[in-house]
Amino acid sequence: MAWRCLGAALDSGRKCVDGDMPDKGVITRGLRVLAMAVRRQPRIFTVAAFGAVFHSLLMLTGAFVNAWIVDSLVVPSFRSGSVDTGVLALVVVVLLSLSLFKITGIFIRRLGAGSMQFRLQAIHRREVTRRYLSLPVAWHQKHQTGSLLSNANADVEASFVPIAPLPFAVGTLVMLATAVAALFWTDWVLAMVGLVVFPILFGFNVAYARRMSPRMTRAQQLRADVSAVGHESFDGALVVKTMGREAEETVRFNKTADQLRDSLISVGRLRGLFDPIMSSLPELGTLLVLVLGAWRLSTNAVTLEEIVRVTMLFSVLAFPIRAITWVLADLPRSVVGWERVHGVLSATGDMVYGDDRLPESTAPAALSFRGVGFSYLPDNPVLKDVTFDVPPGKTVALVGPTGSGKSTIASLATRLVDPDTGVVALDGTDVRTLDHAALADTTALVPQLAFVFDDTIRNNISLERDLGGGDATVWQALRTAQADGFVAHLENGLDTQVGERGASLSGGQRQRLTLARALAGSPRLLIMDDATSAVDPKVEAAILAALKNSTRPASVLVVAYRRATIALADEVVYVENGRVVAHGGHEQLLATVPGYANLVTAYERAEAERAAEGEFDSDEWDTTESDREVSA
Amino acid sequence: MTAVDTAIEDRVSPWQTLKRGLALSPELRTGLAGTLLLAIVSTVGRGVVPVAIQQGIDDGLLTPGGPDVGYVAAIASVGAVILVITVISGYYMNVRLFTVSETALAALRTRTFRHIHDLSMLHQQGERRGVLTARVTTDVDQISQFLQFGGIILIVSSGQVLMATIVMAVYSWQLALVVWLVSLPLVFVVRYLQRRLAEAYVLVRERVGVMLGAISESVVGASVIRAYGVQDRTAERVDESVENYRVAQFRALRRSVVSGSVGEVFNGFALSAVIVAGVYLGVGGQLTVGQLTAFLFLVTLFVQPIMIGTEILNEAQNAISGWRRVLDILETEPDVADPGDDGTGLPAGPVDVRFADVAFSYPGGPRVLDDIDVAIAAQSKVAVVGETGSGKTTFAKLLTRLMDPESGEVRLSGVPLTRVSFESLRRRVVMVPQEGFLFDSTIAGNVRFANPEITHAEMYVAFSELGLADWIDGLPQGLDTPVGERGEALSVGERQLVALARAYVADPDLLVLDEATSAVDPATELRLSSALDAVTRGRTTVVIAHRLSTAENSDEVLVFDAGRIVQRGPHSTLVTQEGSIYAGLHASWVEQTRSV
Repeated sequence: MAWRCLGAALDSGRKCVDGDMPDKGVITRGLRVLAMAVRRQPRIFTVAAFGAVFHSLLMLTGAFVNAWIVDSLVVPSFRSGSVDTGVLALVVVVLLSLSLFKITGIFIRRLGAGSMQFRLQAIHRREVTRRYLSLPVAWHQKHQTGSLLSNANADVEASFVPIAPLPFAVGTLVMLATAVAALFWTDWVLAMVGLVVFPILFGFNVAYARRMSPRMTRAQQLRADVSAVGHESFDGALVVKTMGREAEETVRFNKTADQLRDSLISVGRLRGLFDPIMSSLPELGTLLVLVLGAWRLSTNAVTLEEIVRVTMLFSVLAFPIRAITWVLADLPRSVVGWERVHGVLSATGDMVYGDDRLPESTAPAALSFRGVGFSYLPDNPVLKDVTFDVPPGKTVALVGPTGSGKSTIASLATRLVDPDTGVVALDGTDVRTLDHAALADTTALVPQLAFVFDDTIRNNISLERDLGGGDATVWQALRTAQADGFVAHLENGLDTQVGERGASLSGGQRQRLTLARALAGSPRLLIMDDATSAVDPKVEAAILAALKNSTRPASVLVVAYRRATIALADEVVYVENGRVVAHGGHEQLLATVPGYANLVTAYERAEAERAAEGEFDSDEWDTTESDREVSA
Repeated sequence: MTAVDTAIEDRVSPWQTLKRGLALSPELRTGLAGTLLLAIVSTVGRGVVPVAIQQGIDDGLLTPGGPDVGYVAAIASVGAVILVITVISGYYMNVRLFTVSETALAALRTRTFRHIHDLSMLHQQGERRGVLTARVTTDVDQISQFLQFGGIILIVSSGQVLMATIVMAVYSWQLALVVWLVSLPLVFVVRYLQRRLAEAYVLVRERVGVMLGAISESVVGASVIRAYGVQDRTAERVDESVENYRVAQFRALRRSVVSGSVGEVFNGFALSAVIVAGVYLGVGGQLTVGQLTAFLFLVTLFVQPIMIGTEILNEAQNAISGWRRVLDILETEPDVADPGDDGTGLPAGPVDVRFADVAFSYPGGPRVLDDIDVAIAAQSKVAVVGETGSGKTTFAKLLTRLMDPESGEVRLSGVPLTRVSFESLRRRVVMVPQEGFLFDSTIAGNVRFANPEITHAEMYVAFSELGLADWIDGLPQGLDTPVGERGEALSVGERQLVALARAYVADPDLLVLDEATSAVDPATELRLSSALDAVTRGRTTVVIAHRLSTAENSDEVLVFDAGRIVQRGPHSTLVTQEGSIYAGLHASWVEQTRSV
């Protein structure tokens, strides 16, 4: 089933291989997407379809008009040797107004179809991004950035590609029916040619669409692969360069580029066969009409006008039939795109916010973890039975080795994710019962990797929240974060655009901006996840001092390695392998918890070792090494 | 860039671009003569129906003795045979066209891809990743569209115009002249309209870029948006950009419909003119009924390709500008170039480093390094310290030849760096950048990147030697743990561990670490650094660090300030120089890391 394949692709980011895609029922499912689209935009569709039918009938009329011209103007004039200027004038008027009406029909059809297509795209782009904004962070973590972007862009677009030729196709169907009726009205023998040629044309189209769609899907997939390899490789260009792996990367890229080439050639072969046949089939029909027409004329069953009319009908119909091909050929892509879009729209697991508000207060908040367990992957718990408190107004340092679960605790505290077991509470209220605004106003998280919006410095700090105090508040926050200096030196100050992902700033500057962003909202609980790692020691010291002397004290949970940061804390929570191993004062943990002591005194011990090392001859490295092992 | 700028720029010289493009992809000329011949044959076939109708009507249907069915049948049979030949030659033309162009373009993609990697780091970082990717994807796709549809349609269209003209002229040169005169203005009208359309599409492309940016923030910044509860703000921006895009799309469509309908108008005019002139010519005995009827077909056969051809010519400008962008990249000489065969390898054995009067500034910027004159002994461990912006990272980039100095020279083991072949340089000198980029693979896959031959067992030994075996053991799938896109399934510190292991298995003689362990906990960092000391003994190591523990632990410290080396010597000496930059940095470091 396509669903399984698509689901797998969405969940694991695995590529959906062509073979997984069932071809059966793809047309049916595609028609269902079209029906949905028509239901959502019924009025515009009706208008566009009306324009298309109008235009199609005028094209048929054109064939009749041409035949009429030959019969009532050309032949009589040539026979009599004189021109009836009245008829001639009428012919000119009819021809020109026919053009005018046709253009009107084209305008209504194409603008209607386009308007419908673009509206549907816009509607679904908005719906998809709304889902992104309301689906929980845990859902985001399970999906690749690249596929989410293409869900909102390329997949939405693909879903509604067949809408553009749809009204035309509807017009063509009406035209075909009318043409067959007109043929029978003219002569049943000539009509039989139509009854042979049209179904062949139609069947040929369907067969083509069937064969083409898997090839197109594959080509599309390979295009995405080429793009993904290119993007990743350029993203890691520095690593490629410093390791000298350009040749190997080129081989990797070349492999997908060659696959794409083969796939595009196979698309080309099919189209290369289809195009000439499609344009020649109606012409063969025309020749057949000519022969049969001669025979019918010899028995006086038809007139010359009627023969010309029928040949014209064939040439007029040859092109519009392709509109049906366009719709059919794009259906599979549309189905794949829509099912991906639908996957996002129907994704569940929304993080539901409660209605509770915390009592109005400017006092620092209390945070508590009670028996919290969490895992990203089943059977691989990241946190186990985590219990600790951040009392109001206190600063708690969260310390632990790399990969012990500190960042996850920070995410839980701001309810970016929910625990599998246990409770996270703010001022004694389970965070899951709080409404979103109450939560966002109370807590602020400064993440480990600074994320900066493509916007001005001011908007990056304020996020257009109502901070009170305007720019003064922004500057105050920048000052506390030690970022006022570099911002003041920027030519446009607060109005400076920082570029995509803050490209114009250094890593340390980005971190200080995100810190200022957190401080600007005067949170009652501040959570810093190793948020000063890219900041120089001197600057960090200044930030910490400013925080300590702040006029609006907050409770603080800080993930830290540095002793100075820990020294600011009233209490330390030490985690290892997802468990709280100990908590208490720094001195107390230092004395009683070897893991903690090992971590925080690492630099001092290293220094001591070095001092000891000095007493050895520098050649005796191995001895030093083993001594170090023993002492550790 | 405004629409007008682009339009002007595109007009500079499409022919030149085309010539450059063909010169750089000689594969495109494979079998061109044959393909053109097939194109001519299949174009001639388009004339079958009008001629058969004329012949059929004049000599078969309107014969004085009643319709001559046998003659008409003969005409039709000949026509049918020609049609079949047309189909066959059309098929082979298409197949040749697709095969040749796709083969040439796949080669162009790969060549461009490699060339982008060969460009200097500064060049690469000057462009957004998406822009570089576009050079090997959408830009090449545009060329392919142009060659397969545009190019061939242009040829077929011209052929069709020519063929229609000849047939018309044979029937009646006067009438042919009428058709030409009436249709000629079409060319200018369509060109004007297409230019306006091109402008509309420039706006569409701009707005789609803005929209993608807005959407990508809602994805990449998901947790920040959530944490601050500012979904509405992001949603408004997305809505606005989506709506702007839709409006631009519709505007472009409107212009496209206008220029598309022009052909219909001219068709009407041309038909009317043909009828009026044709009737009088016929009455004068210069035209038959069959010939005039054939003209009704021929007018469409004539006007349609003129319109399509003109449209294609204008669309070709898009393709050509895509082609130009690809060529511009391909023709950019890498400013930090591999001396290749002219270069030499680094002499075997330990590597020493010499910076001779080196200065550097980024293009258009102030000096960031000046007067750097320093020697680093082989097999020593040197720490580079200094505040942010003091030039430490620039120093590392010059040392690994990611950039070339503005003046002065960098020498490794006495060989000027610019003379060292990349093959030797990248094998012997490895740098671990601060943001250790990981590929979307497993830990093993990423380590193997540096050394494709390494086995799992050897890799495990390498991690053990770095003191990281227990970390690997603690992972759910060990070395086969997937790291996710850009390594995001691992914590920041863990990513750095993998990047370090990757550099380690590359087995370089000069290892440069640029704050490679900034996100790792102190105990792990020190364990790593002592493990590294053990395993890098015998190699030269340059470490850039803001954790001064590294400096305390090295043979020599280079202190950078405002682009110059202000102090150098062993830690123990520098720290005692009162009032010095290093003493200040160290005091601050100690204050933060030791008990207060």
